[in-house]
Formats: sequence, C-alpha cells, structure tokens
Amino acid sequence: MKKLINNPADVLAESLRGVALAHPELSVDFETQVITRATPKDAGKVAVVSGGGSGHEPLHGGYVGVGMLDAAVAGEVFTSPTPDRVQAATKAVDRGAGVLHIVKNYTGDVLNFEMAAELAEMEGIEVGTVIVDDDVAVQDSLYTAGRRGVGLTVLLEKLVGAAAEEGQDLASVVELAKRINAQGRSMGMALTSCTVPAAGKPTFDLPEDQMEIGIGIHGEPGRHREPLAPASEIARQLVEPILADLDAAGPAIVMLNGMGGSPLIELYLMYGEVVPLLEKAGVQIARNLVGDYITSLDMAGCSLTVLKADDELLRLWDAPVNTPGLRWGA
Amino acid sequence: MASVDTAALVDWIHRFRDAVTAKRDWLTELDSAIGDADHGANMARGMDAVVAKLEAGTPATVDELLKGVGMTLVSSVGGASGPLYGTLFLRMGMAAGPVTELDATALAASLRAGLDGIVARGKAEAGDKTMFDAMAPAVDALDAAVARGADLAAATVAAAQAAAVGRDATLPLVARKGRASYLGERSAGHLDPGSASTTLLFETLAQATAESS
Repeated sequence: MKKLINNPADVLAESLRGVALAHPELSVDFETQVITRATPKDAGKVAVVSGGGSGHEPLHGGYVGVGMLDAAVAGEVFTSPTPDRVQAATKAVDRGAGVLHIVKNYTGDVLNFEMAAELAEMEGIEVGTVIVDDDVAVQDSLYTAGRRGVGLTVLLEKLVGAAAEEGQDLASVVELAKRINAQGRSMGMALTSCTVPAAGKPTFDLPEDQMEIGIGIHGEPGRHREPLAPASEIARQLVEPILADLDAAGPAIVMLNGMGGSPLIELYLMYGEVVPLLEKAGVQIARNLVGDYITSLDMAGCSLTVLKADDELLRLWDAPVNTPGLRWGA
Repeated sequence: MASVDTAALVDWIHRFRDAVTAKRDWLTELDSAIGDADHGANMARGMDAVVAKLEAGTPATVDELLKGVGMTLVSSVGGASGPLYGTLFLRMGMAAGPVTELDATALAASLRAGLDGIVARGKAEAGDKTMFDAMAPAVDALDAAVARGADLAAATVAAAQAAAVGRDATLPLVARKGRASYLGERSAGHLDPGSASTTLLFETLAQATAESS
C-alpha cells in the first residue's frame, strides 16, 4: 500500500484537520467528526444532514455549505457513523423547522441513522428521512438489502439543499427528496480495486485484463466481471441498464462520476461516449457534471447517473450553491 | 456453577475483546471476501472502547453493565455491526433487570431478548447469511440445554457448539442481507464474518462460565 498517510488509524482525524485548515467557512467538530457550516442557516429553515463512511470525498463533507448540506457526519473509512454522532449533528443544525436525513441504502447507514432519528425525536427534534437507492446494478433486489445509494446522492443533496434554503417545510422537502430518488438511476464500473488504509491491501483482486461491471461505491460488485473492453463498449454497459429501468426521455441532469483513480481525461472521454447513447434514446441533457463527486478511495472506474428533470428541478439545480465540492451562482 | 455474576460477565467481555483482537485480521479477511473489509477492525475498536469503559468502573448490576456495553458498542463500532451488537447487549440488559447475577434460565432469557432485538433491528431471517445464523441456533441450544437441566457451563458449551455449526453452515449460502448480498451467487463459498464474530461471543461465554464454576 502506497498512500499519503502517517498511520492508517489516524487517516480520518488527520484528513478532517486538513479540511478545517482549508475551509474556514466550515466548522469541524473533531470529537464527533461532524462538519457543519461556520455560519448556520437562518432560524425556521429545514436543516439537511447527510453522512456515511469516509473515503467517498468530496461526499459528504465537501457538500456542506450554503445551498446544500448543513452538516455531514464522517464515519470511519467505508463505515457508517454511529448514531450518537448523527444525533449530535442533527442537534447542532436544527433551526426549529426539523431536519432531513439523507441516507444511502447501505445496511450500516440505514441502521445507524434510524437509531439516530429515534434519539433525536426523543429530544423533540422532528426528523424526516430519505433513503437513496438509485443503483440499477443491483438485480433481484427483493433478495438483497435492496439497491444501493450511489451517485444520485450528490444530485439529491444539491436539489434538496436548495429547497431547504428557500424555506420549504420539512414535509415538502421530504416529498421532493423521495420524488428525486424515484426518478434517478445510476450504474458504475471498476477497472481496479480500492485499498482501505486499515486493511492495507486491495479489497478485491481484479486482474489487469478484467473489469467489474455494476460496482457500488466500496467496490462491491453488482452484475459481473468480464474482459476489459473499450470505452465505447463500457459506455453502452452503463447506459443500457439505466434506460432499461427508467424512461428517461426528456430533460435530464446527468453526472459522469470518477471513482477516485481515473483521470479527468478519461472521464471526459467516457462522457463523450455516453452523451450520444443517451441522446439517441431521447434524453435531453439539460445540466451535467463530469468529475470526481462520489469516489471510492483510489478505485479506477466511473459511474453514470441520470435524473429525469423538470422546470422545478432545474430551477433548484441552478440556485446558488457554495460548498468545497460544488459551487456556482454564489 | 449456578449463576454468572457481574464479575463473570466482565470476564466474558474481556475474553470477547481478546478474541476479536486476536482474530481481527481473520474477521477482516472474511469481510473483504464478501463485504467491505472492516469487521475485524470495527469489532476490535468497539471492544477496546468497552473494556476501557469497564476499567474506569464496573456497574453494580447486570442491567447497568450490559446496557453500558451496548451503548458503548453502538457509539464506537459503526457499520451494521455497531447497531446490531449494541442492540443485543442493550436488550440483554433490559431483560436482565437490576440484579447482581443471572442463573442459567435468566441468562438464556436475556440472550433470547437480545436475539429478538437483533431481529427487530436487522430484520434478518435464517439462511440470510448473517450473524443471525450463528446466534439463533446458539440461543436455541442454550434454551434446550437449560430445559434439560444442564448447568450453566454445559449449557454455554452447547450454545458455543451450535454457534460454530451455524457459522460453518453459512459457507455455501447466498447472502440476502448487508453488503454481501450484492455479490449474489458469488457470496457462496465464504463464511459470514458476522456469524464468525458471534461464534467468538458464545465461545468466550462458555470459557467465562467454565472458568468461574
């Protein structure tokens, strides 16, 4: 393992120290590993909290700021944060209008946020929850823990953050979040495994001439392993399962996301392959993101997210956002 | 022995900590085969926190002790194991009540309540390839042994053996819960890490009761 670290056990704490130094507009509680805005949003507005295992940066800490999250709870690498920490974040950012928890559908995240919501509600804080489960790679989801929450989480945090910022109440924000989840889908693939610092070696073996189709954001597979193919073929394997599951004709917000170990030149190349396939199916790409937005440590590969949009979603998308990972109009 | 007191329970907790620490890399290896490669590290971290808390002072009653263990696990392990193991000990404590020792029947009832808590939280069923597959047979075996009139030491040995059988039976299963479920058929041929740590839990319980009898 070659990494820019000191001690594997200190990776998260020391990374958060850097976050605090790099971003004075954020406030980092090193005890609870919660990142909040240095200046809280106005009283009477819904607060938005997300979190999960670390190693997916800029998710979630990089999306704390005006127009997006109020707090992010950073768990250990690939390990969901504990309920007391999620509760601490919830308490810290509640402005009297309730708090939305954005939870990716992974068993650990779901269980810990569920316990945290129970703890917060015992203290009189109203909590709404949306479980994001956009990953079409997971087939037969009746027999699994269900589809994973992956790339759509980024778009959802932006859109719901904008709605909360403009003063929509908790019920409306929850409804919006569920609507976004219902009309967004993702599919990912890996060229290499990632290496968890505490484990010290790659999580899975992926031979030089093979690729894994349908990975989640920790490298867990979803569909199959097969011989490495050209980008044009990989693009087809990402687009087709999404379109088979979602009638995406019409305006859409599209994200071509890097998993952390693929350079931007390859991500743009992939985007160039994906766009014509989507357009041929009647998808009108109204807005897009290309880059590393929800990563898996040093894994090479990419994921594609397609969200069916309408005027309301595009208006929320264009609203100002000012975070380390996403910034426009501000 | 006729019952376990708080000192025997503390001994059990220490033994479980030592076991997950010794088997840390093995548990993580099992988890990297079908999960996200952190089970050993997470359990070792959580049990270190539990032991540190107990060294600062042991509660006088069984319920305070077990609930303290549960809360510490919930707040230090993370992942799915934190809420599940945490709920196990919290429910065990609630079922035990403010007593200073548990006889075989009370210990079995407490573990049964813990198992029910795990089921309520994780919604796992037999054959899902989870910690439930080791835990449910262990609690069943404990109940059966107690009903036969076995003493605590014999009953906990029976539970540990049943847990190990349940753990080994996860080998060919296709996971339906947690991270491993995404592997589908490819999860077959690997032991479930949660059932492996659960087996350590019952093996150390048997050791602790044998030691103090």
